Amino acid sequence: MSNQGPKTLFDKIWSEHLVGQREDGTNLLYIDRHLVHEVTSPQAFEGLKLSNRPVHRPEATIAVADHNVPTVNRQNIEDPQSKIQVETLAKNTKEHGIQYFDLMDQRQGIVHIIGPEQGITQPGMTIVCGDSHTSTHGAFGALAFGIGTSEVEHVLATQTIVQNPAKNMRISVNGELPFGVNSKDLILYIIGKIGTAGGTGHVIEYAGSSIMGLSMEGRMTICNMSIEAGARAGLISPDQTTFNYIKGRPYAPGTEHWDQAVEYWSSLPSDNDANYDHEIVIDSSEIDPMVTWGTSPEDVVSVKGTVPNPSSAKTENKKKSIERSLEYMGLKPGTKITDIKLDKIFIGSCTNGRIEDLRKVASIVKDKKIASHVQAMIVPGSGLVKKQAEEEGIDKILKDAGFEWREAGCSMCLGMNPDQLKPGERCASTSNRNFEGRQGRGGRTHLMSPELAAASAITGNISDIRDFT
Amino acid sequence: MDKFHSLKGIAAPLPIVNIDTDMIIPKQFLKTIKRTGLGVSLFYEMRYDNDGNLIKDFVLNTSPFDQSKILVAGDNFGCGSSREHAPWSLKDFGIRSVISTSFADIFYNNCFQNGILPIVVSPENLDQLMTAAKNQIEFTIDLPEQIIKAGNHSINFEIEEFRKERLLQGLDDIGITLGYQDKINAYEEDKKNKKPWLFKDN
Repeated sequence: MSNQGPKTLFDKIWSEHLVGQREDGTNLLYIDRHLVHEVTSPQAFEGLKLSNRPVHRPEATIAVADHNVPTVNRQNIEDPQSKIQVETLAKNTKEHGIQYFDLMDQRQGIVHIIGPEQGITQPGMTIVCGDSHTSTHGAFGALAFGIGTSEVEHVLATQTIVQNPAKNMRISVNGELPFGVNSKDLILYIIGKIGTAGGTGHVIEYAGSSIMGLSMEGRMTICNMSIEAGARAGLISPDQTTFNYIKGRPYAPGTEHWDQAVEYWSSLPSDNDANYDHEIVIDSSEIDPMVTWGTSPEDVVSVKGTVPNPSSAKTENKKKSIERSLEYMGLKPGTKITDIKLDKIFIGSCTNGRIEDLRKVASIVKDKKIASHVQAMIVPGSGLVKKQAEEEGIDKILKDAGFEWREAGCSMCLGMNPDQLKPGERCASTSNRNFEGRQGRGGRTHLMSPELAAASAITGNISDIRDFT
Repeated sequence: MDKFHSLKGIAAPLPIVNIDTDMIIPKQFLKTIKRTGLGVSLFYEMRYDNDGNLIKDFVLNTSPFDQSKILVAGDNFGCGSSREHAPWSLKDFGIRSVISTSFADIFYNNCFQNGILPIVVSPENLDQLMTAAKNQIEFTIDLPEQIIKAGNHSINFEIEEFRKERLLQGLDDIGITLGYQDKINAYEEDKKNKKPWLFKDN
């Protein structure tokens, strides 16, 4: 990457954060904001203690517990290990002077929901967190990526990270989105197209009129699942939609610096003739509402489609992989997707736990009842999302329809807390991973949009929102 | 960090593609606040049945593979979450090198933080090594020479120079970076003037 010539959004953020080169040839990249949660940080703080190192810049870090927290009766965490992990975070942050939103704080929530919500996430920043879905923050034109615990310790101690530049990929989606198709369908379609290793070594910039026409919530859903395409990060150019979202939030630049910040942010979009290592162009009219049928996020199909046949696989490896997935999922080749009967519905997570998602679900299930054989839960992404929804009466609509209305947290996205699937249970989920055992041992996950999950809750089968009236 | 120089032994074959971090170490084991003790839970759902008994035909439960220091696995190993518990559990089990055609970026990086060598080989070479592993042929991995030997096969591999040096010497990455403290401070002073909104006290 040269310093001269046209630059991509990624190139600009990268060069702006380069502290220098170490003697071993690696680059030191400055980190503007570090988000910390309870699961991937205890060993990092322990490492600092063992080597007697202080936190370099405590005010650049924000901490919250989300993975372990129960979504009911949260005053008392029953699992002793979960309790210790949450308490350890409280203790470590206090000891190092790091801001911590505790479980009783209304600002508590999923780390990738609260960053944007508080205005912590801003264009042009570098943001890291010991969590792969840190890619969410790329929706603001921030370079944001997940790191391991050793790197969490490195960032705490030095406010930098050792990195070599990623390659640039641009995925452009053009045209007006068809009726019933939204950001979740878009990103599932993209992952299906390029595969779960398709973005490895790259930062993906999403562009085109379909992407730029999305709200910030929709953009976050797209960037959130970049990691499911193997990418280091996802990025979307900041624009007026971005600035409007940030303005006035607690951690946003105040009036004294606002114009200066906006001027800088406006210089970030990729130059017209910037070079990408890889380019993909998609016409949005080819996209349907999408659903996963297997155990990898790349196992996607149109809701109008059928479960694939292993014999149609191009390679022996792929055939075996489909067979393994179908066995785990308890599905037969050729089954219509809309004939798949569900046990549970989970709406929430850092992918789809924002107010806009809840509003969509409420508009679909209003004055209806969920099918008698399904259990449906809806988990707001943060305490403030919950509060907002309650002020709008959304909670009442959902409860009347038969949904359980929960406290904020990661919940059933990863089953580290009491919300889990039982073996063999089949779930329509708005989360991001359908891996074996992800939502509970033997649990079967079908990823989809909040709109499809809401329609499916009412019918009890996976359903096409376009058929739903 | 533990040094890595060379490794000799039987390799365990795991011919599954897209082995994700949830498969390597399921979520219930992420509640620990330590880096050690996770080896017993490695690949938990493939290794143990619902009652917690060993599943006898899973490769790491069979001799001699239960002593393997090397894993040969299908494409895109380590995809999914950033949990460093994945390499911690591999290491605690005794695995010091994983061979595949590709690795997810965060997992790949995490391995090097823990003295584990992930090696990328071509699909043809992976097939050869998978067969050699199944046949219990002894592997030799030589990091200085960047070569894997198994029976008749002798396969060269690529590794970035700085990663190689760090493994060979077992270097402390934070210690190295702290040597650049002046540069970090200078960077911050410069940005405080140019982008003051980033330094607003929280």
